[in-house]
Amino acid sequence: MLMAALRRLGQTVFVLFGISALVFTVFFATPGADPTARIAGKNASPQTMQKVRQEYGFDRPLPVQYAIMMKKLFITQDLASYADRGELVVPEITRAAPVTVSLVCGAAVIWVVLSIAMGTLAAALKGSWIDRTLMMLGLIGISIPVFWLGQVANLITQNRYHDTWLFSWVPALGYVPLTQNPWGWFKALVIPWVVLAVLFIGVYSRVLRADLVALSGEDFIRTARAKGLSPARILIRHGLRTAMVTFVSLFGMDFAQLVGGGALLTEVVFGLPGVGRLTYQALTNLDLPLIMATVMYSAVFVVLANAAVDMIYLLLDPRVRDAR
Amino acid sequence: MTDPAPSPAQDTKPPGPWRMALRSLRHNRSALFSFAVLVFLAVASVLAPYYARYVAHTDPFVSNVAGSITVGGQEMDIMQPNDNPLHLGLSPIGPTWHGSYMLGADSQGRDVAARLLYGGRNSLLISFCSAVLCLVMAAAVGIAAGFCGGIVDTILSRMMDIMWSVPVYLFAISLSIVTVSDGLHLGPFVIESDNLLLPICIIALVYIPYAARPIRGRVMALREAEFVMAARCLGVPRWRIVLQDILPNVTSTLVVLGPLIMAMSLLAESALSFLSIGVQAPAASWGTLIQDGEGLIYTRPMVAIAPGLAIIAVVLALNILGDGLRDALDVRDASHREQ
Repeated sequence: MLMAALRRLGQTVFVLFGISALVFTVFFATPGADPTARIAGKNASPQTMQKVRQEYGFDRPLPVQYAIMMKKLFITQDLASYADRGELVVPEITRAAPVTVSLVCGAAVIWVVLSIAMGTLAAALKGSWIDRTLMMLGLIGISIPVFWLGQVANLITQNRYHDTWLFSWVPALGYVPLTQNPWGWFKALVIPWVVLAVLFIGVYSRVLRADLVALSGEDFIRTARAKGLSPARILIRHGLRTAMVTFVSLFGMDFAQLVGGGALLTEVVFGLPGVGRLTYQALTNLDLPLIMATVMYSAVFVVLANAAVDMIYLLLDPRVRDAR
Repeated sequence: MTDPAPSPAQDTKPPGPWRMALRSLRHNRSALFSFAVLVFLAVASVLAPYYARYVAHTDPFVSNVAGSITVGGQEMDIMQPNDNPLHLGLSPIGPTWHGSYMLGADSQGRDVAARLLYGGRNSLLISFCSAVLCLVMAAAVGIAAGFCGGIVDTILSRMMDIMWSVPVYLFAISLSIVTVSDGLHLGPFVIESDNLLLPICIIALVYIPYAARPIRGRVMALREAEFVMAARCLGVPRWRIVLQDILPNVTSTLVVLGPLIMAMSLLAESALSFLSIGVQAPAASWGTLIQDGEGLIYTRPMVAIAPGLAIIAVVLALNILGDGLRDALDVRDASHREQ
């Protein structure tokens, strides 16, 4: 068990190194413009260019540049964005993170509850019209671009039906911190939560139904049936519990990816000042240091979260624990 | 002993796997309908110039804020006074439901319906090409990793792990942002920033891990199959085993993955274009059209709604077609994950 944990740790370190090298390559070794110009932003003066070249060591070999960049990102954390008058990048990201976490956590609650309900119901009623309808709804959810759904939600709740009893409670676009006003926080985020959750409800309910249907042919389910347990009990206590293994590992990955910036489009459409919207603003003024920092931090977060999930598996699941 | 007549021999020959798949697909009404929707939208997009010239009578790439059109014998300005009590400001004309400006105009007075068709050309072209390119590269990676095993497999799989860890949209955004201002310079080859090859290559690249994993799994199972063992024992060279034994058996996985990857590519393309780092103006795609409509969402929602519905129709059709192909070809391991 300790060996397995150590091996997983070694893999994590390797992947972390690989990611940092990949992101560095994308931003500074992609053939095209001079990386100095990319860092310095649009219409930079020759003095700025010279300063950037010195500071980042662009006149030195690539491994040195890589080392300088990693030091600026993770150790001294003094990476500054030139497009934004020398604003420090890392504190900006930490300020925006609570918004993104609020958005993703709420959406995750909605999508987990609804997709378990939909997937289980569809599997229980396999072949019926309810099953077909639910799975079709899931497929439609997968097919909707989230930024379009957000705009349509805004059109309905902010404009067309805002004066009716149904949506008069929806506040103007923006974010209210949880610590200031919990009820305002909730009201401001309900619509974004639902919009972000739609895609994942579709994916997860379909995956769960497929898993449950596949499990129904397994020996242990047959045994449970032979013991005379009720179909509902078999499905929920025996089937669902086993299907949760896939579900949870999928969830860990998607949750980490969303917190790491996957919710960008939702944040942009709803004007939520999270990490994703920060990245978007950096896109519009070509603020490369900020984009690189968000990509790097989010990738690191995803890797660490996945490693944590795997470690928890090692502790919890005897099959994984003893297999290695 | 006489030779059997050729015609009965042909009749008794069992149908091949592809023929059986086609037969089962022919009974799948929703898959057939999806295919028809895709063909219809593709043909409509290809005919975009004819629509613009003969039905809409307008050039959808030229700003036309001062123009006027005749709808049902009535002359109307393209930019009309707002509905507010003081009639302050101008809004583009809404849907006329006639030939010209059927879906109204965008903020520059251009015909939305004609731009929708032109946008469809780029969106469908990019998503189709990047899906094909992605599958070719993923097949190369998956076959190399699965068939060679050992150190090759370790290196390729770790590389896929690394790519998998970067959120896919962030990866695509990073690649787009470094190429969007100056294009890509590969020695003597220069890809300009408004070239469609850029989004095609970027989207194909970021989805390689999604396709390479199931292919690798399939190849690893095939490598242990008896017919491959037999070929090895006969001393058939490895490249011929790959070409004659492995590749034909991976094709069904590729065919099933195709529509699913294309659906994901279309969503990624529209997201990149929506963030204005995909298809560059003056060219249009469904993503850029939604972005054009963002500012008009409360006054003229059709500008953003129409391209969104087009995206949903295509992605839904591709997903249903992919499901149908999977059932018809009985491929289990080509499970797909949406991002």
